[in-house]
Amino acid sequence: MCRTVELRQAVLARNDDGARALRARLAAQGTVAVNLLSSPGSGKTALLEAELCLARDRGIAVAALTADLATENDALRLARSGVPVKQVLTDGLCHLESEMLTGQLADWLPDGTRLLFVENVGNLVCPASYDLGETLRVALASVTEGEDKPLKYPTAFGLANLVLVTKADLAAAAEFDETAFLANVARVNPGVEVVFTSARTGQGVGELLDRACAVLDGAEVHRPVMAGASANGPGHLHSRGDSHSHDGAAAEHL
Amino acid sequence: MHEMSIAMAVVEQVDAAAREHGMEAVVLVRLQVGELAGVVPSALDFCFELACAGTLLEGAVLETETVQARARCLGCETEWSVGMPPDLGCPNCAGAGVELLAGRELQIIGVERAERPAGAGARQEG
Ligand SMILES: Nc1nc2c(ncn2[C@@H]2O[C@H](COP(=O)(O)OP(=O)(O)OP(=O)(O)O)[C@@H](O)[C@H]2O)c(=O)[nH]1
Ligand SMILES: [Mg+2]
Ligand SMILES: [Zn+2]
Ligand SMILES: [Zn+2]
Ligand SMILES: [Zn+2]
Repeated sequence: MCRTVELRQAVLARNDDGARALRARLAAQGTVAVNLLSSPGSGKTALLEAELCLARDRGIAVAALTADLATENDALRLARSGVPVKQVLTDGLCHLESEMLTGQLADWLPDGTRLLFVENVGNLVCPASYDLGETLRVALASVTEGEDKPLKYPTAFGLANLVLVTKADLAAAAEFDETAFLANVARVNPGVEVVFTSARTGQGVGELLDRACAVLDGAEVHRPVMAGASANGPGHLHSRGDSHSHDGAAAEHL
Repeated sequence: MHEMSIAMAVVEQVDAAAREHGMEAVVLVRLQVGELAGVVPSALDFCFELACAGTLLEGAVLETETVQARARCLGCETEWSVGMPPDLGCPNCAGAGVELLAGRELQIIGVERAERPAGAGARQEG
């Protein structure tokens, strides 16, 4: 008997399957999910709080879920907007996974929610690999982090449908090289839109909400080059035929 | 840690497949990792050993095959290795339509089972 058994299974198949199911379920109930990714402290919560307040003022049904390793601080900040907010503590896990998110939404996501904002754990490494069933994936970078963030974390920025620069009010002090940053983003994700924001001054606040509302109205999202030939991840849905098997199709070759 | 989650997903899937195939033990796992998969093979190696403990994969070797990331320009048909950090703009015409051909793989290719002793344990002492 031959000792080699061929499997050809995507390692993240389970997460991808869960994400696909969640995306379909959200779509069926008219909800669009937005996944926010950045390094710790880039300003996800600050910007999101401002966007949630704006959504509330405009009467758009939004909800937000924020994931952290510890503390309820971010949920408390976001809840000041008055919209439904949920804190998820990941119990040591440095990213959200689709099954975890699905479980968290089950008894919480209010009926009629149009936009669900998910603030991922502050981390640019692994959240990039886990599709959460979002339609809009947003990578954020603050001006104080350096222009080369997109090159150091190519999958985080390369798989984003939208890139936001945060803390633009500090750009001059940080000597942020805008041209270099834009070139670095374009290198890993040609054609992706980059929007400059500051939760402090209000610059660009509302742009994220506008982009998300456009998606709700059926606007096409930017499709990253990197999402193309994937055996997993957010590009999965669009890839030209799955090469891996999800079920018990493991074949023993002779 | 990221690589630990990946290692655990690998072990979970291989363990399930091994049971399905009636294997008693797995001695080797072949993994394909694209340059743009966002996984560091050396870190994965370390986590894999830990994740295997107490499973059918205990002591198994992880063999990782790296897949180069390659892209193709839809405009001028140039093909190139995107490198690391990746450059996904066409080096020839800077055209907009670019397709990633490979590089995001994160796939279990296959496993090797432990060889059954010849004669199914009929070896005798003395
Ligand atoms: N100057 C300035 N500071 C900001 C801005 N946005 C956020 N900050 C500050 O940056 C720090 C981190 O902001 P958060 O919103 O907590 O960042 P985060 O990305 O949610 O952080 P984690 O959830 O821990 O990953 C806080 O001290 C904020 O006050 C901004 O637009 N301008
Ligand atoms: Mg936060
Ligand atoms: Zn993680
Ligand atoms: Zn065989
Ligand atoms: Zn070209």
